[in-house]
Amino acid sequence: MASVALPENGSLPDGSSGKRAWSPWQKWGVILLAPYIVVFLVLVLYPVGYGLWLARHPASYVKLVEDPIFGRSVINTIAFLVVAINIKMAVALALSGFFTTARTWIKWLSVLFILPWAVPSIPTILSFRFMLNPEWGIINSLIFRYTGLDGPNWLNDPILALSLAMVVHVWKSLPFWTLILIAGRLAIPQEHYEAASVDGATRWQRFRFITWPAIRTLYLTCTILSMIWTLGDFNSVYLLTGGGPADLTHVLATLGIRYLRLDQVDLAMAAIVIALPGILPLIYFMMKRLSR
Amino acid sequence: MSAGFSWRKVSTEAKLLLIGIPVALWTLLPIYHLALFAISPKDSAMSGHLWPDHPTLRNFVIVFTQQHHYLEYFWRQMWNSLVIAVAVGALTLFVATGAAFAISRLRVKGGRAVMNLALLTYFIPAAFLAVPMYKTMGVYGLLNTQWALILAMMAIAAPYSIWVLKQASDKLPYELDEAARIDGASPLQLFRLVYLPLMMPSLVAVGTYALLLAWNEYLYAFLLLSNDRELTLGVALGNFLAADDSPWELLMTTGLIYALPPAAIYYAFKRYMVGGLTAGAVKS
Repeated sequence: MASVALPENGSLPDGSSGKRAWSPWQKWGVILLAPYIVVFLVLVLYPVGYGLWLARHPASYVKLVEDPIFGRSVINTIAFLVVAINIKMAVALALSGFFTTARTWIKWLSVLFILPWAVPSIPTILSFRFMLNPEWGIINSLIFRYTGLDGPNWLNDPILALSLAMVVHVWKSLPFWTLILIAGRLAIPQEHYEAASVDGATRWQRFRFITWPAIRTLYLTCTILSMIWTLGDFNSVYLLTGGGPADLTHVLATLGIRYLRLDQVDLAMAAIVIALPGILPLIYFMMKRLSR
Repeated sequence: MSAGFSWRKVSTEAKLLLIGIPVALWTLLPIYHLALFAISPKDSAMSGHLWPDHPTLRNFVIVFTQQHHYLEYFWRQMWNSLVIAVAVGALTLFVATGAAFAISRLRVKGGRAVMNLALLTYFIPAAFLAVPMYKTMGVYGLLNTQWALILAMMAIAAPYSIWVLKQASDKLPYELDEAARIDGASPLQLFRLVYLPLMMPSLVAVGTYALLLAWNEYLYAFLLLSNDRELTLGVALGNFLAADDSPWELLMTTGLIYALPPAAIYYAFKRYMVGGLTAGAVKS
């Protein structure tokens, strides 16, 4: 069907009417882009706008700040971000070195290692929760069998419970970040390491002067992206502790949902809006990195 | 020298094992615990043993035949999870493939702006968008219908999908399009005959990503659905837990069954997933 050759560039007006006619390429571009534009307007822009509108009353913020659960949630969220993410990323960095060691069994282990990321979080978090049950959980059963002592009531202590939520979070997302950092390490030309060995560099020197400079930017990007995602991590806290004991282990993600369930939507949105100054710089950083 | 060399080798291997064994234990512990409950009889499940005296498949029989009031809608809920996941996968592919083609190959005006808006959406923490999404679905009258969940998950999966597809599409040589244009191909012919076949690996990756995202989702499913017959299996598991008298061994068995399909799909498409998604995730 090669009957009519199209003009090489769209600037040649084949309709030659007064108005600049769209080339079929532009027209189809708009048609194919339209479904996402509709999705964006109806399912992103409208909800976000509506949410901000719900959060418009200054009184909501006053009520929010006066709620002791809110203050505690902010502290918990910051602790969660600072502690969990830094531990996770540091371990991922170390493990990415381990997994790039050339051994067949390590290759197999890396396949297994992805499992936490590949399975849904609900069953495994429930599994954690049962393990930690003070009476029947396997951990306290083993503690009792080998020491004769009663183990702690793990999820009944707010600090312990929040730390365990961090453990669950790290367990779940460590494989993903390790995988990314492995990809980063594999992109480093092997010759650099060979040259370093010839020069008699130690392991530490090889890391310090070859690996780290090559993946430093990647590491920072991963950390920022992980912060954004972790802010939205509802499951690790909600399914493990439910925000308890006494609403002391909430983070902002679970607090918003808690207010929503209590039919206090203005508080739910206010809690999110208050967090925006913290998130927007992170989002700005990621946009600059990815939209090049 | 050679003896010293081999000692050094042994110590290297030992150090590797010293990392490898804890890593394996850490990874497997919760999953093993899940499986252990699934094959334990009711009374021995909580005895704190690392292997049951009489392993059994009875729990699976109870779950599959729905012989417990918490499991009344097991098959129905499994089906719901499946339908929702497939619908989200298909719709996301439809929306994202067209958008990526328009932005990357047709270079539609404003395409870059749309790409940036999509990326911005990708960076909204999921739990933060959940509150306004819930209210919006109420406005649209979709609350407590599966369409609410399907549409919400598509809106969440689409931005990253478009971005991954656009990255892959940008790598295709532009001469292909020019050759097709000179031969008189229409945009649709270019899309169908050139673009889709070449993009197949990325399309598989994106479709799998959206499908798994929807199957695994808890928060949105828990907010947007409420009727027992409409729930996904994931939400049903959460409700199951909330009850005081919930039978652990059945809960864990159901959890294991729920976890198997996504794990199987992930490993089946691992080749596409790892290449297509992690490469896209952090372009450096």
